[in-house]
Amino acid sequence: MLQMPQSLVRLDKAGVERAGRWLVRDIDLEVERGEIVTLIGPNGSGKSTTARMALGVLAPSEGRATRAAGLRVGYVPQKVAVDWTLPLTVDRFMTLTNPLSREEKTAALESTGIAHLAHAEVRNLSGGEFQRALLARAVARRPDLLVLDEPVQGVDFSGEIALYELIADIRNHLHCGVLLISHDLHVVMAATDRVICLNGHVCCHGTPQVVAESAEYRQLFGARGAAQLAVYQHHHDHTHLPDGRVRHADGTVTDHCFEEDGHHHGHDHDHDHGHKETGKGDASDAR
Amino acid sequence: MLDDFFVRAIVAGTGVALVAGPLGCFIVWRRLAYFGDTLSHAALLGVAIAFLLEIDVTLAVFVVSMTVALSLLWLQRRAGLSADALLGLLSHSALALGLVALAFMTWVRIDLMGLLFGDILAVSKADIAAIYAGGAFVLAVLAWVWKPLFAATVNPELAAAEGMRPERANVVFMLLLAIVVAIAMKIVGVLLITALLIIPAATARRFAAGPEQMALYAALFGVAAVVGGLFASLEWDTPSGPSIVVTALAIFVAGLIPVRGLIKRQEGRT
Repeated sequence: MLQMPQSLVRLDKAGVERAGRWLVRDIDLEVERGEIVTLIGPNGSGKSTTARMALGVLAPSEGRATRAAGLRVGYVPQKVAVDWTLPLTVDRFMTLTNPLSREEKTAALESTGIAHLAHAEVRNLSGGEFQRALLARAVARRPDLLVLDEPVQGVDFSGEIALYELIADIRNHLHCGVLLISHDLHVVMAATDRVICLNGHVCCHGTPQVVAESAEYRQLFGARGAAQLAVYQHHHDHTHLPDGRVRHADGTVTDHCFEEDGHHHGHDHDHDHGHKETGKGDASDAR
Repeated sequence: MLDDFFVRAIVAGTGVALVAGPLGCFIVWRRLAYFGDTLSHAALLGVAIAFLLEIDVTLAVFVVSMTVALSLLWLQRRAGLSADALLGLLSHSALALGLVALAFMTWVRIDLMGLLFGDILAVSKADIAAIYAGGAFVLAVLAWVWKPLFAATVNPELAAAEGMRPERANVVFMLLLAIVVAIAMKIVGVLLITALLIIPAATARRFAAGPEQMALYAALFGVAAVVGGLFASLEWDTPSGPSIVVTALAIFVAGLIPVRGLIKRQEGRT
């Protein structure tokens, strides 16, 4: 296990370009041990791309991605399609990338509540069950960094609350860093230390507002939900319009968010709207 | 014992089937059937080159297959064409190049039918040695690369993220496949190599509860097809390579029907 004070993974002005289009650009991101960082953003905003850069699956076209030496990663991808030609039980799936003892397997499956499915074929699992199997497998590795790409997809509301409880437990237990991608733009996991809102670049970042004490949210989410969920207030200095252009705080509209100096990173700065890049560079948020 | 050509054929075929089964599982899992075809078509070019340069046929076939496999990896990154289009391009280009090259070498008289459909009854003791040495090497390397290769088969991203280095496993897998094509060519011929890789694996799928089990069953079904096919060809005087494939098919079909009923009946009991 790593006991270093520095960050587990770090992106410095990292970006990925594909065929002249920037999927994401100018991303600064850091995950430290014991910290939960949530990435949010609309579809196509580059959340998964950012996570894949952090994981080292994707090399950044510019900027840098650095991982702590010997970093042990547990990864829950967004989509895993297991081919029907592949005979694969949950039990065998658990040891896909590292060996585990029977006890370790059982403990991990029990923690995600699917111990009874150990001998089921992976392709016969429901969406929610499969998510739990993916999570159990990633956790059983005892990772330094857990990367979860929309772990609550296909899981109903009470299942979602339970998974968030579980993720917080895992973090406390393993004291690992967690990078979580969420499809929800406003409601995030309460235990999140930092939220980063993406839309082709970092639109804003901050801490979520804990809602457990608000009576209204308590009514909306239920007592248990309110304890696990938090609301994230966006503080954008610009708006992504449906046609892909960007309206800035002072009302000017530009084609693009990106500026050579990456000025949009801070929140208290002057805009000089001399956006010279023409382009389709920004990931559209219209979808 | 090995003095009898029929015994030599069974020993050689068994050796190839034992290796083809486990590798064939990966071909089935990864939907690479057409890739097997491409490699085997490229084998013909290898034969032509072997005659041209007067080098060992198996070696030349291996080198050409490997070249084709690596070109595919390279083209996939660069050319912006889909994998099946690239495979079609490589497969038929290599086959046509081989045929053209052979036609130019008028002094060479080769048994084209033997190449296309194999001549297992003509294997020598040296061939058997090559099959078992090559086969042992392939199985050893496959066992070594099994975990990352299997992880990459289930999900390449997950494998990459968790340090399994799927790219390296893929290159090793192609290398192994090229070796198997080179050594299996004599047994079933270039047109039927893919059959020996795929049909036993497809048969094993129905019976296997796990990937390792499926690999083992595929090897056993392959051996059964070789032995059964050879006896059938002896009995009815049919060409040996195609007979092996037909037997493999028969085993596959036999595996289809009764098992489903048996499983249902068993489930009904418990």
